[in-house]
Amino acid sequence: MTVIVGLEIHCQLDTATKLFCGCSTDYRDDPPNSHVCPVCLGLPGSLPKINKKAVEFALKVAKALNCEVPEESEFARKNYFYPDLDKGYQITQYDKPLAVCGYLDIEGDEGEKRVRITRVHMEEDPGRLVHKGGADRPKYTLVDYNRAGIPLIEIVTEPDLRSPKEARRFLNKLRATLEYLGVFDSEKEGSLRVDANISLAGSERVEVKNITSYKGVEKALTFEVTRQKNAIRRGQKIARETRHFVEARGVTTSSRSKEMEQDYRYFPEPDLRPLRVRNWAEEIEIPELPDARKLRFIKDYGLSPTHAATLTGDWQIAEFYESLPADLRVSTATATWVADTLLGELNYRDMSIRGVPLDHFKELLLIRQAGEITEKAAVEVLRSLLDQIRDTGTCELPRQCIGRLGLFVITAAEEGANDPVTAAAREAIAENPQAVADFCQGKKEALNFLVGQVMRKTRGCAKPGDVNRVLTSLLSGDE
Amino acid sequence: MPGRTVSFHPDDRYAAFLRTIPEAPFGEGRLAGVPVAVKDNISTAGIETTCASRILEGYVPPFDATVVERLKRAGAAIVGKTNMDEFGMGTTTENSAFWPTLNPADPSRVPGGSSGGSAAAVAAGLVPLALGTDTGGSIRCPAAFCGIVGLKPTYGRVSRYGLIAYANSLEQIGPMAKTVTDASLLMEVIAGHDPRDSTSRDCPYHHTPDPEIRGLRIGVPEEFFGEGVDARVASVVWDAISLLERKGAEVITCRMPSMAYALAAYYVTCTSEASSNLARFDGVRYGPPADTKKPWHEAFQERRREGFGEEVRRRIMLGTFALSSGYYGKYYAKAQAARNNVRADFERLFCDVDVLAGPTMPTVAFRFGEKSDPLSMYLSDILTVPANLAGVPAISVPCGKVEGLPVGLQVMGRWMEDERVVDVAYAFEQGRSA
Repeated sequence: MTVIVGLEIHCQLDTATKLFCGCSTDYRDDPPNSHVCPVCLGLPGSLPKINKKAVEFALKVAKALNCEVPEESEFARKNYFYPDLDKGYQITQYDKPLAVCGYLDIEGDEGEKRVRITRVHMEEDPGRLVHKGGADRPKYTLVDYNRAGIPLIEIVTEPDLRSPKEARRFLNKLRATLEYLGVFDSEKEGSLRVDANISLAGSERVEVKNITSYKGVEKALTFEVTRQKNAIRRGQKIARETRHFVEARGVTTSSRSKEMEQDYRYFPEPDLRPLRVRNWAEEIEIPELPDARKLRFIKDYGLSPTHAATLTGDWQIAEFYESLPADLRVSTATATWVADTLLGELNYRDMSIRGVPLDHFKELLLIRQAGEITEKAAVEVLRSLLDQIRDTGTCELPRQCIGRLGLFVITAAEEGANDPVTAAAREAIAENPQAVADFCQGKKEALNFLVGQVMRKTRGCAKPGDVNRVLTSLLSGDE
Repeated sequence: MPGRTVSFHPDDRYAAFLRTIPEAPFGEGRLAGVPVAVKDNISTAGIETTCASRILEGYVPPFDATVVERLKRAGAAIVGKTNMDEFGMGTTTENSAFWPTLNPADPSRVPGGSSGGSAAAVAAGLVPLALGTDTGGSIRCPAAFCGIVGLKPTYGRVSRYGLIAYANSLEQIGPMAKTVTDASLLMEVIAGHDPRDSTSRDCPYHHTPDPEIRGLRIGVPEEFFGEGVDARVASVVWDAISLLERKGAEVITCRMPSMAYALAAYYVTCTSEASSNLARFDGVRYGPPADTKKPWHEAFQERRREGFGEEVRRRIMLGTFALSSGYYGKYYAKAQAARNNVRADFERLFCDVDVLAGPTMPTVAFRFGEKSDPLSMYLSDILTVPANLAGVPAISVPCGKVEGLPVGLQVMGRWMEDERVVDVAYAFEQGRSA
């Protein structure tokens, strides 16, 4: 059964001020209703004034998504009552959106895939309701208007996605694109909201609302595919309905409210003039995007397509990679270290690249490159640093950590000295007479065994070359 | 200089004010110490602003409308908030949720509306200047009925920031005064660009009225003297136009066919916008609170049913209907097409004439309760709504009386030519007193 998915994605644009007033958008750590003014509270007599930066951001998105930008774009009022909606209408766009007919190429289930974008438009975020005394039976509900007026873009795709996994990949690519543009911060709570339309070919379409995370999209859609397939198998018809995603339980539930077709009575917003966007869009420049950067990584640094894709799939990682010295960037070992080791360890801890001090990891790479620690030790240090960040929010400097763990490479001195490598070698020889005997009889493998013993005694911090040299010299001296 | 106030204890026998400021502060400037009355739909920081509606009772705006800021900067003393039809919806000020205002020219009659309180306050001599707002004639109608001067400026010439919206695309704040000179002075203070109002234009008004009108071409559309216009009113207005002709203007009769649809276009547009503008009054943020024990939608309904007067509810219903899916094309979209026709008619006429003139209102002031059905009330706006639909300036200047009741001459001008309509009104005022 073919799965058909289309997405409607709401993203908060990362502007300093709100869409129609000068209030700061940086409200997340502040008390309720502390980032408000007559405009975003919708006080009688106040008037909206467009934030040009927000339009510029949205136009960047339109360009990055290869959209057509019309001559003129217009705001409209979407009228409905809800306690979080301070004006009784939302200023949004309706029949004259900012941009239409774009596309975004993604890695689909069957190779490269082009997902068509129906439209991109701007709108204001409503306020937020806070239910006191439990979400199921709240004692009372409070309204916080700090969020009211935060600029959003809504991106609508055609129903071109064919699996929950593809939907997730699309979102990841979209997020990367928006972050490359510098218009979106995916780390901010509530900065992304997705509604997904999903149907099985030949059946009615179901809308799933209230998805607020990247993983949630895949989870919600996977649940829906199973639910709908089971229903059809049991001979039931899929009802055309709106369902809510309950993230905590990973299920979708039928919206209890009567599914009345809402009539939003859209009409042009008389308090704002139409925006002349085509010329504006032409003047706006957008930076290098993930696909272009990937090609450049392959070409300039000689990386494999897989490594290049991973390293450019997130703006922060790509920036980190490019902050490394040129000789490190062109080495497969570095690419492996960042793309596989660093990201793998982060992923294992469910941590994000943000919030970790990338400078530390750069230093760690440099220390490893200089041969001051071994590959194995570098991984051990990385793990320790990440654990510290996860548990306490901060971590030691790499050198501190290496020192504390005693992981600096131990170098053997010249012949006859009493350094730790020689000491360990003496011990190994004393403890393994059989191996020594074997070696003296010409068994080369015996030396390897002894090297292993020394490495264990020095906790991997000795250089294999040194160990070889010292052992050989000691054994030949014993003879 | 801080601490200076105007003592304001008016004999408000016509009930023009909803509230007065007994000791009103004022500052330096061209209007230093001049008492100015402000219509109650214009926000005044720290002074209750209700739009003459129960639903806003107790609402004290935390900010001044731009026009109020400008008045204060010019030194004026804001001495009171004037009565009006609730949210500006009416032609008589009878739709105030609080009390009616009487017409100083004849207290058995209405002062007109919706800026009836401002007009009565000026006509009664309580203040020399007042601000009104005009969505479909709400400055010019009461000016005509009370026998004063009222100017509806070009749309965008005066900031709407702080004006509690009834129909955003139509309305303007404007000056009301006894003389053209005073009205022009007040216009000078309030006009100008305001970055907070996106529909505001950068076109300040610096003008001294000039009575010289030789060579001016005055168009008189036949429709301005059509059905429903009282013959006695028509005769007074024709006399006024003749006076302008004697002063050297050329009078050209013309036609304005779009008038046939203007009233319908106006009422569909203003009620549509109003239905949306008034949605914010739900009992959550201002006015008497909604009953929080009930589900929110029930509480909202109850609050809105009790808080809005009959005419406001009627217009919200009409506008909600006009915007509904399936009816939008038939009503709202069609009204915008008709509105474009009105604009086109003005543009065409203004190629051949400099201003248009006619009566402001089809009749003199009504008796209280005289217009009991809404439709006949709406019809009395027929001569004033075209200027709002097209956004052009229009002034009403007293031009005579019918049985002791004032009649207004209305002069409309080209977009942004407020100065010219002021000059024509001034020429008439001067010519008449000469």
